[in-house]
Amino acid sequence: MKCDYCDSKATVFLTQLVDGQMKKVCLCEPCAKDKGVTDPTGFSMADMLLGASIGQAMQGVPVMAGSHHRKCSSCGFTLDDLRRVRRFGCCECYDTFSTEVGQMLRSMHKSNQHVGKVPKGLVAKQVRDQQLEELRAKLDQAIAAESYEEAAGLRDEIDNLTRAES
Amino acid sequence: MMRFSTLIKNPADWMAGGNGHGGAVLTSRVRLARNLRGLPFPGWAKREQRDEALRRIRPAVEGLPVMKDAFSQELSQLDSVQKQVLVERHLISREHAARGDGSAAVIERKQHFSLMINEEDHLRMQAIRPGLNLTAAYESLDGVDSQLELELEYAFDSGLGYLTTCPTNLGTAMRASVMLHLPGLVLSDQIGQVLNGINKFGFAVRGLYGEGTESLGNLYQISNQSTLGESESDIIRRLERIIAQVAIHEQNAREKLLEDDPAMVADKVGRAYGLLRYSHLMESKEALNLLSLLRLGGSLDYFPSDTVSLCDELLMEIQPAHLQLHAGRKLAADERDAIRAKIVRDRLQSLHSPDIYSKNHAPEPDSKDQENTSDT
Ligand SMILES: [Zn+2]
Ligand SMILES: [Zn+2]
Repeated sequence: MKCDYCDSKATVFLTQLVDGQMKKVCLCEPCAKDKGVTDPTGFSMADMLLGASIGQAMQGVPVMAGSHHRKCSSCGFTLDDLRRVRRFGCCECYDTFSTEVGQMLRSMHKSNQHVGKVPKGLVAKQVRDQQLEELRAKLDQAIAAESYEEAAGLRDEIDNLTRAES
Repeated sequence: MMRFSTLIKNPADWMAGGNGHGGAVLTSRVRLARNLRGLPFPGWAKREQRDEALRRIRPAVEGLPVMKDAFSQELSQLDSVQKQVLVERHLISREHAARGDGSAAVIERKQHFSLMINEEDHLRMQAIRPGLNLTAAYESLDGVDSQLELELEYAFDSGLGYLTTCPTNLGTAMRASVMLHLPGLVLSDQIGQVLNGINKFGFAVRGLYGEGTESLGNLYQISNQSTLGESESDIIRRLERIIAQVAIHEQNAREKLLEDDPAMVADKVGRAYGLLRYSHLMESKEALNLLSLLRLGGSLDYFPSDTVSLCDELLMEIQPAHLQLHAGRKLAADERDAIRAKIVRDRLQSLHSPDIYSKNHAPEPDSKDQENTSDT
């Protein structure tokens, strides 16, 4: 049996049972050492085999016309890049390629809806941002209506909120 | 700040593995991946963007109470052997060691936590504990994460959860894994059946295989496959329950082997003892398989009770970078085999030959060393 990465004889076999199927990665000694899988107590096996599974998941994603040219507006990432590096470029990529992601998720995960931890800081910040936005709108109205006393009160509130943020 | 030499001189408690569950469970590990909003993932980021991520994350991590007097180093300041040693100790990932500029590792003094900055994701943090202690590992790591999220703005989506560079990690971005030693199930030919059973519950089973079918050193890694659609605590609870079951199967398999074919077990352990004690050249595969049998002997009370931990420490010490660190220079393959054999001989010098005849019974399953201490 040949090494999956070069043509030498494979002597190290990494196997993973997924969905009742044995998936195998065959490596020659130098490649195994290079990929860091010679230590059975190591954890690099997991990442390596999972990396291989994203390639398989992508094979099931139909290529839509023009999708090759679609680029993430935030980081310039394309679907071809995904095929090549098997990783995304930035968080916005998940919006840009949401159709493809949706299809890939089906073969990878239990569902497509997150259940579990939500960062508290983020929620607090979102709430704060929303409050600030409302207060600023009220302030504009107050100034337009020339109710300066109300405006001064609103400005204090805004100051307090922004101070809490920094 | 802790120095590299100090870090290496003091191995973590989990590196000596666990006698827990009859020695079937070596370590429990939980890993979380996090990214910052507004910066490209490290693999796609420009140098300045990676530096920016490091500038934001490093002070937050170093400022954690648990990271007081921690080891904190940019990877570009470590030489290749040092990085490799950290990989062999599971304190950083190989992926991380391969990245130079803009990457850093912050490792807690007791080495229960290590945080990698600019690995595949902006931040990867892990907690490791000896034996079956996933809940303790997760809870402590969750605490670290909750402190960090107050200072760092994480990339999070209400549908996809924590956003990660690889879609296999979306959602909780948590990987929980357990390292198992299952010689009883392998010797009694039940391993395939048990592994298939574990897999049916949605957990991935991995082994490193040599020419035959059984895994090298009879070591198996079990971890959750899916990260999206199931909460952290549900994943941990399910995995912990299944591993406890597997440990019972392993225990039963050992007892049955001792009943049915005690001479075979005694012969395997005895030969392993002889070879490990008296060899002068030993390849890493051979060492792994023999240490596995010696470890089994330790769990069966053929040897003093600390033999299991000794084997676990040796599993780490016979890795290539550790051998080079030990020798203080680069080593050719045959030199490595000689030094490996010497380290094993030295460490086993005072180990008496197996006490097989008085121990024709199986040991009681050991449950008391499942310490759920929350020493953060
Ligand atoms: Zn190769
Ligand atoms: Zn992008």
